[in-house]
Amino acid sequence: MIQVEGLTKDYGLRRAIEDLTFHAEKGEILGFLGPNGAGKTTTMRILCGYMPPTMGRARIAGFDVVDQSLEVRRRVGYVPETIPLYPDMTVYEYLKFMADLRRLSNSEERVDEVLEIVHMEERADGYISNLSKGMRQRIGLAQALLHEPEVLILDEPTIGLDPAQIREVRTLIQNLGQERTVLLSTHILSEAQQVCDRVLIINKGRIVAEDSPEQLQSRLTGTQRVALKVSGDGDGLEGVVSQVRGVTRVSAGSDGGLEFETSPGLDVRPDVARAVVSAGYDLVELHPIGMSLEEIFLQLTREEPAPPEVAEEVEEDDLGEDNA
Amino acid sequence: MRNIWTIAQREYKLYFATPIAYMVAFMVLLIIGFIFYVNLSAAMVQQFAPGVDTVLGPLVTLLLFGTPAITMRLIAEEQRMGTIELLLTAPVRDYELVVGKWLGGFLFLLTLVAVTWVFPLALNGLVDPGIDQGPLLTGYLGIVLISAALVAIGVSVSAVFSNQIAAFFATLGIFLLLWLISMPSDAIGSLGATLLNYLDFSEHFYQTLFRGVIDLRDIVYYLSVTALALFMGTMAVETRRWR
Repeated sequence: MIQVEGLTKDYGLRRAIEDLTFHAEKGEILGFLGPNGAGKTTTMRILCGYMPPTMGRARIAGFDVVDQSLEVRRRVGYVPETIPLYPDMTVYEYLKFMADLRRLSNSEERVDEVLEIVHMEERADGYISNLSKGMRQRIGLAQALLHEPEVLILDEPTIGLDPAQIREVRTLIQNLGQERTVLLSTHILSEAQQVCDRVLIINKGRIVAEDSPEQLQSRLTGTQRVALKVSGDGDGLEGVVSQVRGVTRVSAGSDGGLEFETSPGLDVRPDVARAVVSAGYDLVELHPIGMSLEEIFLQLTREEPAPPEVAEEVEEDDLGEDNA
Repeated sequence: MRNIWTIAQREYKLYFATPIAYMVAFMVLLIIGFIFYVNLSAAMVQQFAPGVDTVLGPLVTLLLFGTPAITMRLIAEEQRMGTIELLLTAPVRDYELVVGKWLGGFLFLLTLVAVTWVFPLALNGLVDPGIDQGPLLTGYLGIVLISAALVAIGVSVSAVFSNQIAAFFATLGIFLLLWLISMPSDAIGSLGATLLNYLDFSEHFYQTLFRGVIDLRDIVYYLSVTALALFMGTMAVETRRWR
């Protein structure tokens, strides 16, 4: 449904995205994950025909985004990051206008239908300027659904919403993704994990990883990390643990404990426990630390020396989301 | 064509919801009404029959200043609000967007111009045996043509800016330049003067249509300016995609 080959876009001298190649099938929800400024919006804008790429090709439903832009635009529903709404129109007027622009023969019925999908029937006659952020988001989505597009492109669909609204929008996207191709961007990892069939991690304009959220997680967590804690004095503990077969890397953990990694596919926890106890320590804690998608993400996006402030910003954002 | 009409309709309706459009209409009608009254009073004392020029003269000058305020938001505001992204990703061609915006603004201006028709109507009743109908018709034809060209220039400038105030002053600057460009022609003489006179907006109006003369060259001039400006506006929208 979506085929992208070697997509590159320059803004003047700055290269926003470089040599992106990916595809998405019908009925698939593809997540576009990356820190702010990674090139997510640029890629999406190219795919929906807003601007042409500098190099490379992209096809949607078999139509080239540059040469057959109008055909592509007929088949794509796009919700940009800042929802484009006219505040001085009512919800109904706005959707009717968009339906007319798309030359839908049954525009009035379709407006009623999409209002029902996003649960906004009661606000149809209200002015858009009076709507809350969550409602605007839903109207943005309604607008993108008017023409029953084969491909939905959503740029940060849950940004600025409260937790209840986020859940609602995610469910909506999952339902929509059953018969459509959905490409959504986010910098919230748990969202990608929950909603997407496949995740594409993009950093500084390049794809750094591509897989299903589960695969991605297990691929990078083949080596397990385990935290260990003893009560009292832990001198010499490091030596004891590192002698156990299968333990690869031992490091000081948080709050006085130890952390070690194990060889892939080997559970060494019983051996470690026995060794620690027989060496005379009082073992109080021994538990695996699963590597969350969050850590994978940070690891992947940090591999190339990224500007530190970008990485920190992402971290804070994600923490904020999780707390909410 | 249907897309053009959809966009034009939205723009036209929106004018009746924005204060700026009302203010422009109010200002134009107030000033014309005032000048009209002054002229009538003078005519009473000095015993001359006022013609339609007492309305058209001020009207055309006021359009120069009022039109930028009407056209400034057409595309610039879409850019500032981000709704341009909506229009440029809808199955609408760039020229349909520009022409639709132009048509919306043009129709609003025509509505405003149509209201000023009451002054010549009143004049026709007051003056015996009525005013000269020739200059009335050609004068208004000229106003319509000038409006079309002015709005086209305004839309085109609005496509370049995302700030309405910047669009306003840039448009006004172009209008005044086109209006006054023939001024140095007397000093230059020969070919340069002919060229400047041809480019001048007012030359094509005051010399002919304003006096009741229809010259095809003037009509062609205003229509070409309109077409050229709309073409340039489309180019401006298109280059926006490449930025």
